[in-house]
Amino acid sequence: MLELIKKPNIDFIGKKYITLIVTGTLSIIGIIAIIQIAMGKANMGIDFAGGTEIQLKFENPIDLQIVRAALESGGIKGFELQDVPAENRVLIKTKQSEGDLSKIADSITSVLNQNMSSHKYVIDATTAIGPKVGTKLRDDAIKAIVMATIGILIYVAVRFKFQFGVGATIATIHDVLAILGIFYLMGKEINLIVVSALLTIAGYSLTDTVVVYDRIRENLKMQFKEPLPNVINNSINEVLSRTIITSLTVFLAAAALFFLGGEVIHDFALIILLGIIIGTYSSIFVASPILLLWKKNRPSFAPKK
Amino acid sequence: MKKNVLWRFLLIGATVLVAVIFFLPNTPLFKFMPDWWKKSMPSKGIVLGLDLQGGLHLVFEVEGDKAVEASAERFTRLIRDTLQKKKLQAEVKRNGLQIEISPMSQEISTVIKENYPNLETVSAGQNLVLAIAEKEKKAIKDNAANQALETIRNRIDQFGVSEPTIQRQGENELVVQLPGVKDPRRAIDLIGKTAQLEFKLLDEESPLAAQLPQSIAPSEEEGVLKQFADKLPEGDEILFEKKVNKETGVVRKMPILLKKEAVMTGDLLSEARVSLDNKFSEPYVSMTFNEEGARRFEEVTGANVKKRMAIILDNTVYSAPVIQEKISGGNAQISGSFTMEDAKDLSIVLKAGALPAPLKMLQNVTVGPSLGEDSIKASKLAGLVGTLATIIFMLIYYRGSGLIADFALILNIVLLFGAMASLNATLTLPGIAGIILAIGMAVDSNVLMFERIRDEIRTGKPPRSAIDSGYDKAFATILDSHVTTLITAAVLFQFGSGPIKGFAVTLSLGVAINLFTALVGTKSIFDLITSKYKVVRLSI
Repeated sequence: MLELIKKPNIDFIGKKYITLIVTGTLSIIGIIAIIQIAMGKANMGIDFAGGTEIQLKFENPIDLQIVRAALESGGIKGFELQDVPAENRVLIKTKQSEGDLSKIADSITSVLNQNMSSHKYVIDATTAIGPKVGTKLRDDAIKAIVMATIGILIYVAVRFKFQFGVGATIATIHDVLAILGIFYLMGKEINLIVVSALLTIAGYSLTDTVVVYDRIRENLKMQFKEPLPNVINNSINEVLSRTIITSLTVFLAAAALFFLGGEVIHDFALIILLGIIIGTYSSIFVASPILLLWKKNRPSFAPKK
Repeated sequence: MKKNVLWRFLLIGATVLVAVIFFLPNTPLFKFMPDWWKKSMPSKGIVLGLDLQGGLHLVFEVEGDKAVEASAERFTRLIRDTLQKKKLQAEVKRNGLQIEISPMSQEISTVIKENYPNLETVSAGQNLVLAIAEKEKKAIKDNAANQALETIRNRIDQFGVSEPTIQRQGENELVVQLPGVKDPRRAIDLIGKTAQLEFKLLDEESPLAAQLPQSIAPSEEEGVLKQFADKLPEGDEILFEKKVNKETGVVRKMPILLKKEAVMTGDLLSEARVSLDNKFSEPYVSMTFNEEGARRFEEVTGANVKKRMAIILDNTVYSAPVIQEKISGGNAQISGSFTMEDAKDLSIVLKAGALPAPLKMLQNVTVGPSLGEDSIKASKLAGLVGTLATIIFMLIYYRGSGLIADFALILNIVLLFGAMASLNATLTLPGIAGIILAIGMAVDSNVLMFERIRDEIRTGKPPRSAIDSGYDKAFATILDSHVTTLITAAVLFQFGSGPIKGFAVTLSLGVAINLFTALVGTKSIFDLITSKYKVVRLSI
C-alpha cells in the first residue's frame, strides 16, 4: 500500500492560535477587497464596469510602447494596455461606455489602421458592454453569490447538525474571502469568469470540509469518552491523506489548465488552484476548530440514549 | 450475484453505445455513415459556443419611446383630418408625447372621445391636451419590439447567416447571435440601421433657404443647426446631404431646408434592388412601390411639379431632385456614390422594412475565428495533460485499483461528451474548463472509496467485505460532496450569461455522471473480479 503519510498524529487543534492569525489576516484582506470593489476602486472587468475591450493578435512580437504611441497620437484617451507575450496578443481596454457603443471600438480600430499599418495584426475579438448591461451582470453576480450561499447553507443544515452547518459555512466564506483578497492584492481583474470560479470553489471547498466532518461525526459516536479536541484531532489525522489526495487530483487538472489552457482561462485556473489549497487548509484549520466553540455542549454530539 | 454483475455491465455498455451515437456528429466519422443513419440518427451533437467558433453576440434595446412618439405624431395627423372632415375649426399640434387642440369645445371633446378611445384627456381648459393611454403605450412598445425582431430576422435571412439566433429578452431587449460571421462591422450596420425611408418636399419659399451655407465640414453640423434654430419657419427642419469628393475622399455636408412632414414613407415599398448606372457603372438602388404607394407617388409628384423633393434615409438626405413631371408606375431610385456592398445592404434593409423604432446597442461581443481555434487547441492540450496526469497518479498510488478508477474516469469522459451531445449543449471555453475540472473531481469519489476500503482492510476484513463496507461507508460522503457542487452549478446556470452557462452545464453533467461511474462503474468491476476469482490480497 503506497501511503502519502503513514499514520499521522499531528496536533492540529493545538495550533489553533497560529492558524487563527493566518485565517484572520486572510479574511480581513478579503473584506478590504470587497469594500474596495463596492467603492469601485478595484480593478473591475468591463463586464461589470461597462466599457470596450479589443484584442489584437500580432504576427510578430510587439512592444506595448508602439501600440500606446499609436493610440495616443490618434487622440484615444483613457485606455489601458495589457500584453500576452507568449501569444503575441495585446489587449486594449477602455472603461468609457457613454454614447454609441460601436463608435468607441470603431474609433480605436481606425486609429490603429492608420498608425500601425507597418505591423501585421488582426483584431481577434471586440467586446463592448454598455453601462446598463454592466449593472445587470453585476446584480446577477451578487444574486448568484447570495443564492449559492443560501443553497449550501440549507443543504448543510439538513445533512448535518447546526454546529457543523455553521462551521462549514464559515469555512466556505473564509475561502471565498481569502481568494478574493489574494486576487485583489495581485491586482488581477475581477470579472464574470472570476465570480464563477469563486462560486465553483465555494462548492468544491465544501467537499473537503464534508470529508472531515463525516469522520468527526462518526468518531463522536464511537469515541464518546474522549475529549472533543482529541476526537477532532483523531478524525483529521485519519482522513488527512484522502483530503490531500482528492485535492491533489483536482489540483493536477487545474494546473494543466493554468499552464496550458491559454490566456482567457488563466485567471480562472489560478483561482481554482488557490481555492484548492485554501479549501484544504480551511477544512482542517477553520471548519474543525470552530466546532470547539460548542465545547460545553459536547453531549449534543453524542448519540441519544 | 453473478447475474446482477452481468446486468450492470450491460447497462454500462448500453450507456456507452448511446453516448457514442450522440457524439458521432462531432467526429469526422459521421461523414462516412450511410444515408439512413444520417437521416434517422442524431446529427447535431455538441454545438460550439461563439467564443470558440467566432461570431457576433449583440444585445440591442428597442427605443420604444421613439415608437410612442411616432404614434403621437400619427394621432396628431389623424385628429387634424377628423376635425377637418367634421368642419370643426381648431389647431392641432403635437407637443412631445402630448397632443394639444386649441381652442377646445364641447363638440371637439365628444368627437375625440368617440373616435379615439386610446387617448386620455390630460387637461381640458382653454386647450384640450391629450396623451396616449398607458395601456396603449405599453402595447405600442411591445409591438415595436416584436416588429423589430421580425424585421431583423428578415434582414439577416437575406444577408445569409447559418443558424442565427434572434430573441427577445425582457421587455424591450433583443439578443442577436450570429455564429461565424466574417464581416462583423457590416452585419452590425445592417441590423442596427433604422432604415426609415422618407420623401419630403424642400421649403424653397422661405428666405432662410438661401441663407444656408452651401457646404460645411461634418463637424460643423451642430453649429449650423444651433445658428438657424430661432429662424426656422414653423413646420420646417434642416437635414444634411452628404457629398463625397470622389478623388480626394473628403466628406462635406450640405444643409437643406425641408418641410417636416413626410409626403411619403418607405412602408409603401414592395421591392428594392441594386441596379447599375449605365453611364458611370455606379450602383444605385431602385425601388418599386406597391399599388397604394404608386398612386400616392403619382399624386404627390403631380401636385408638386417643378418643385424639389428630397429622398431621405434615417434623417440623411441622399438626393433632392426637381420633379420634372408627374411620375406614374411607382418607381423611384436612391443614388449617392455607393459601393456595390453598400447598395446591396441598402436594398436588403429597404426590402425588409424599417425598424419601428431606433435600436440602441447595449452589448457587442465579437470573436474572430482564430481566437476560438487557439483556445480549442490550448484547452485540448490542457485536457489531455490533465487527464494523463490524473491517470498516472491513480495508477502509481492505487496500483490495480487505480487501473479500475482510470477505467471509470474514461467512462466518465465518454458519457459526459455523449450527454452534452444528446442535449445539443453549447460548448464554451469556460465549459471546457468545467470538463477538465470534472475530470479531476471524477476520481475523487474513487479516492474516498479506496481510502475507506483501505481502512476496512486495516481492521482485518477480507477483500470482498472490505470493498462492500468501504462503498457503503463512503457513499454518504460522496453524495454530500457532489450535491454541494451541483448547488453552485445550478446557481451559475440560473444567473450566468452564455459562456458561464456552458461552464455550469459541463460541470453539473460531469458531477452527475461521476456519481454513476463511481457507484456503478468501478463497483461492478470489483464485483466481477471478486466473484470470478478468489482474491486474497487487494491491489490498492
